[in-house]
Amino acid sequence: MTDATGETVNAAITTAYAQEWGRIVATLIRLTGDWDLAEECAQDAFATALERWPRDGVPERPGAWLTTTARNRALDRIRRSATEASKLKEAARMAELGDDRVTLDDFPDDRLRLMFTCCHPALTLDAQVALTLRTLAGLTTAEIAGAFLVSEHTMGQRLFRAKHKIRHAGIPFRVPPAHLLPERTSAVLAVLYLLFNEGYAASGGTDLVRQRLTAEAIRLGRLLSTLMPDEPEASGLLALMLLHDARRAGRLDAHGDLVPLEDQDRASWDRPQIEEGIAILERALRRQSPGIYQVQAAIAACHAEAPDAAQTDWSEIALLYSELARLAPGPIVELNRAVAVAMADGPLAGLDLVDALTQSGQLAGYHLLPATRADLLRRLGRHDEAAHAYREALDLAPAEPQRRYLQRRLTDATAATDGR
Amino acid sequence: MKYLMLVCVDGPFEADPSELDVQPWLDEMHARGIRLTGNRLRPASDATTVRVSDGDVLLTDGPYVETKEQIGGFDIIDCANLDEAIEVASKHPIAKFGMIDVRPYWAED
Repeated sequence: MTDATGETVNAAITTAYAQEWGRIVATLIRLTGDWDLAEECAQDAFATALERWPRDGVPERPGAWLTTTARNRALDRIRRSATEASKLKEAARMAELGDDRVTLDDFPDDRLRLMFTCCHPALTLDAQVALTLRTLAGLTTAEIAGAFLVSEHTMGQRLFRAKHKIRHAGIPFRVPPAHLLPERTSAVLAVLYLLFNEGYAASGGTDLVRQRLTAEAIRLGRLLSTLMPDEPEASGLLALMLLHDARRAGRLDAHGDLVPLEDQDRASWDRPQIEEGIAILERALRRQSPGIYQVQAAIAACHAEAPDAAQTDWSEIALLYSELARLAPGPIVELNRAVAVAMADGPLAGLDLVDALTQSGQLAGYHLLPATRADLLRRLGRHDEAAHAYREALDLAPAEPQRRYLQRRLTDATAATDGR
Repeated sequence: MKYLMLVCVDGPFEADPSELDVQPWLDEMHARGIRLTGNRLRPASDATTVRVSDGDVLLTDGPYVETKEQIGGFDIIDCANLDEAIEVASKHPIAKFGMIDVRPYWAED
């Protein structure tokens, strides 16, 4: 025990909460099989720390202290309720639970099991995301509700139902066996990426809440890539999130409008974070097992490495989009590929791809399709057609910032037509 | 854990009879000790709904709720966990043409 001022105690508790919450909850779920009990006992352990640490000092190993405290609390509660015959099974677990010789280091990392269980496909995606934030990241129900713009009551119900389904439908608390692992790993990665995008999107929630979501997604991504060192897609996702997040400061202007990549102030990008993301990506790519996250991270790396927009390696980006289209075919990927091809090989080459996409009807109603077409036509000097496509995009654009951008372009195109 | 599998179809469908042969599935699940019992069910038009109101037994011809989905059969399976139950259900021949509800027992017996 070390002597500590109130400030260092508070800092120690905040750090321990960020680092140990998920581990404690995961360990207690494994030992007791009871998700509510696990959360309540973890909460109690932190409450006890708030009370004792200022008086007794911060323990040398806060994580071990908290785990033991939470475990003892669970033990007490199970003992008290173990008189009923139906609880005898739980009482049998007490031997392990009560064994003080078992230290933190002896436990396997239960957080990986917890991740897979939270992201089990028999739960709705909403529930997977909420459970991950509650049990692994330790966000309160109110915080999660705030992040997803639903009432605390609704979020409480969602978490309640999910935990009950896990218990009563027999969703196992485990890392899935090899034959299920690829598919289930994709589910975990998808939840973390969704979490990140919720925080990264410029809509909904306050800035503070959004930054919390991206930070938690990155933190969980780090954890996952540490716990699954042989899964290059886990590292790929971490690299992707780091590279996107590194550009955060340049993404919005003073009015909160999105700044297109080519107009962003590259000096505002977080260079050390970009370098970290690229290093993680390079290690993942050496495994020669590409996947959608590694390829998207490679595209983000091309942008991040370019000293300015003009020196972006668009040929490489176009190639990467072809690779992405092969791994995950879809019209949005195809549209992005068309933009990259237009930058690499000229607007006409891009326009061919966009026209094929338009004819397929797959993106009907999506404003970025006519907007992209309009930009290519403008660059080809076909202002009449460009103006027509800008009008089409304006009719479809969902939000005010995009509409303002398109309106400016339409005005330019119309002026160019009139001035001919 | 025990689960009830409700084997449902969503209206008529076309299939090669060999694709609907449930025997290989039954053989596998019996050999693995998973399937305890089950059967096909007569269509909803043969159902009778029973209610008791103020001590009177009230009968209705046909199922109480009319839906497009029909329960064509059921199986009781005993699995290690939901992952195994999902694997068992996904191997049932009807899963390709209809849908299978996997419902856990209320409590272990």
